[in-house]
Amino acid sequence: MVAGSLGWWGVPVAILGGAIRVSTPFLFVSLGECITEKSGRINLGLEGTLIMGAMTGYAASFLTGSAMLGVLVAGLVGLLLGGLHALICQQPRVNDVAVGIALMLFGTGVAFFFGKPFIQPQAPRLPSIDLGWWTDIDQLHSALQINILFPIGLLLAPVILWALNNTRWGLIVRIVGDSTDAALAMGYSVNFVRLAATALGGVLAGIGGSFLSLYYPGSWAEGLSSGQGLMAVALVIFARWSPLRCCGAALLFGGAGAIGPALQSVGVTEGYYLFNAAPYVLTLGIMILTCSRRHTLAGAPGALGVVQ
Amino acid sequence: MSAAQALALEAIGVSKEFGPVKALVDVAMKVPAASFHALLGENGAGKSTLVKCVMGYYRPDSGAVLVDDREREIANPRDAHDLGIGMVYQHFTLVPAMSVAENLVMGRSRVPAIIDWRAERRELAAFMERMPFRVPLNAPVASLAAGEKQKVEILKQLYLDRRLLILDEPTSVLTPAEADEVLGMLRDRVRSGQLTVLMITHKFREVMAFADEVTVLRRGRLAGAGIVRELTTADLSEMLIGSEQIPQSAAKTARMNADQRLQIRDLLAEDDSGAVAVDGVNLAVRSGEIVGIAGVSGNGQSELMQVLAGQREPRQGEIRVHGEPYGRTRTEMAAHKVFCLPEEPLRNACVAAMSVAENLAFRVFDQPPFAAGGWWLNRAALHQSARELISRYRIKTQSPEAPIATLSGGNVQRTVLARELSGEVEVLIVANPCFGLDFLAVAEIRAQIVAARNRGAGVLLLSEDLDEILELSDRVFVMFEGRLVYETAIGDADLGTIGARMAGH
Repeated sequence: MVAGSLGWWGVPVAILGGAIRVSTPFLFVSLGECITEKSGRINLGLEGTLIMGAMTGYAASFLTGSAMLGVLVAGLVGLLLGGLHALICQQPRVNDVAVGIALMLFGTGVAFFFGKPFIQPQAPRLPSIDLGWWTDIDQLHSALQINILFPIGLLLAPVILWALNNTRWGLIVRIVGDSTDAALAMGYSVNFVRLAATALGGVLAGIGGSFLSLYYPGSWAEGLSSGQGLMAVALVIFARWSPLRCCGAALLFGGAGAIGPALQSVGVTEGYYLFNAAPYVLTLGIMILTCSRRHTLAGAPGALGVVQ
Repeated sequence: MSAAQALALEAIGVSKEFGPVKALVDVAMKVPAASFHALLGENGAGKSTLVKCVMGYYRPDSGAVLVDDREREIANPRDAHDLGIGMVYQHFTLVPAMSVAENLVMGRSRVPAIIDWRAERRELAAFMERMPFRVPLNAPVASLAAGEKQKVEILKQLYLDRRLLILDEPTSVLTPAEADEVLGMLRDRVRSGQLTVLMITHKFREVMAFADEVTVLRRGRLAGAGIVRELTTADLSEMLIGSEQIPQSAAKTARMNADQRLQIRDLLAEDDSGAVAVDGVNLAVRSGEIVGIAGVSGNGQSELMQVLAGQREPRQGEIRVHGEPYGRTRTEMAAHKVFCLPEEPLRNACVAAMSVAENLAFRVFDQPPFAAGGWWLNRAALHQSARELISRYRIKTQSPEAPIATLSGGNVQRTVLARELSGEVEVLIVANPCFGLDFLAVAEIRAQIVAARNRGAGVLLLSEDLDEILELSDRVFVMFEGRLVYETAIGDADLGTIGARMAGH
């Protein structure tokens, strides 16, 4: 055995490190979707937003030389895409799921179209925090290289929870999401609140996208997202619309996504693609477990997905 | 806290059209400060339109709204709230997933950007101390019973220091005793000069017992107004329906040797959230009788109806028809001649976008003579049968091909009634058949139900309207929190006892 190697212990360590890396985009997209769904709207277009965020973030980082500017630009692009979704959805007789799918394809297509020139060059990447300085075991050290977006996401979850319960804006979002009638009777503009919530959700999804191209895997390529934006929607349902549970669910999904690479790192290569399918199997499993013929899901915003 | 001063309200020459429909024509109404005013009218008479003009939901086409003798521009509900005018709507406007405290605080027109819940809770507790009835502040509204929700709606308006309160049929979900408690409390506030009340209602009893003055609307026009003390219920009903004759309910004929038609044993069912809604219901309906189930809305009646209609799976229990297990399939419905008039018929018994003729054919379209071999539809026969039913049940529709959603509520109910009652009926299950209908339609529909009973059908009637239960039933049950808590023959029925059981006493 090589010095500094953990042998089979490397698997859980690699899964932990992988979970933190892989879960970061899940975390941001699901927190964004959580806010949007709390206002009573489903945005399936976040997959498109994620990819657009990845492409524009990478492009901005490459052109300006600053990864943080890249994150900012990705967030702004997310804001625009979220706003676009909201503006289309508030037209009469428009279904938010259909619009979401359209925008998912739109975002993906636009990102591929404008992203072509950025596939080769190397852009500055996001910095990481070294929490593994105390160890000289390589695997542990690399697992504890925490990207800076992850703690920001972890911090964001309780902040969002607090805001939903203790601020005027948070309560208005919940009112609009739970009872359109009540919101109208109180004189709130349902469309405006949903516009704001969808745009904010878009910002977080865009930032999540920039993580993909600027940290892990760390470069812009067309097959970058592989459905993480869609899985984040399932994740919000699994977390029953609680920002705190979104953190746990994102880590779980991230961990599932890291199983394949972790096993590969200790030399288990058979079934590599099978293990890589773990997040998708998990999504499917969760959907089956949480559905019921008799009941609606507890915690679901009352006006969610209701066609006006 | 200083006592607010009651507001006066006056509407002058208010007209409002929606396309070709004249909802209000030159309506005047005067509500003096610190008075209790009743606004009476049938469905579609324009009561809701009038108060929505006051609240700023609609802008009147002509006319003016005066508050404390000054003309006011009320462009939206916020303007009305700023003037001190509040409204309790017929449907609940509380946010179900939020607690009572969150609902009360968010109802204010000015909420601080960051809410200090400790201070707010202290203030709310102090406010509750001054109120005659209490509700739990931390409970989510969704967990409250319908009567409690209505109390929260009214408490919310008082918490917001309204000086003029508009109530839209506020007592429809309250037991008679609860209604007296709530209206009595409001009348005390009116007497002390803090509040003016404008109450939309169709219950003469409440007008007579609580209102000082009354305004009556009929088909969008002012049909009369006056001081309640100087009027009799006969005067009121004259103003309300004019000279139209209301058909008498068909007299019940006595029947002997009644056999059991519908039996329900130990039925347990859950609501959408998974909570037990129907909790061990046992009952039997014999042929030629109407069994009424009274109860305040939200005590499991909807779920029981859904189970019987085949819309919801029960968790336990057994349903038998003619002594045989009844699985609520289409084959069994046809074999046992079981028919249903569910509540909200447009949603529960019709396909809104399909035509009246198609909706009329739902029970028979796959049987001869309407379908050859069970699948080739004979459109001409369906059309012919629809025409007959439309004229026999006097359904007002542009044509048999019009989508059923274009019909008025009364005509949708007549269509369903025509479909369900035109053939031979052995078991009839009915829920709130007259909700939201005008007097003429109500009388017709009740007469049809009694006629079905007289022809020998066993009828189960679930209704939130106690008067309807008492008028139609041969036996009365009271449903409370999913259980049947009381049973009596109609001859021994006592309004006080039934009301007390409805409230769970």
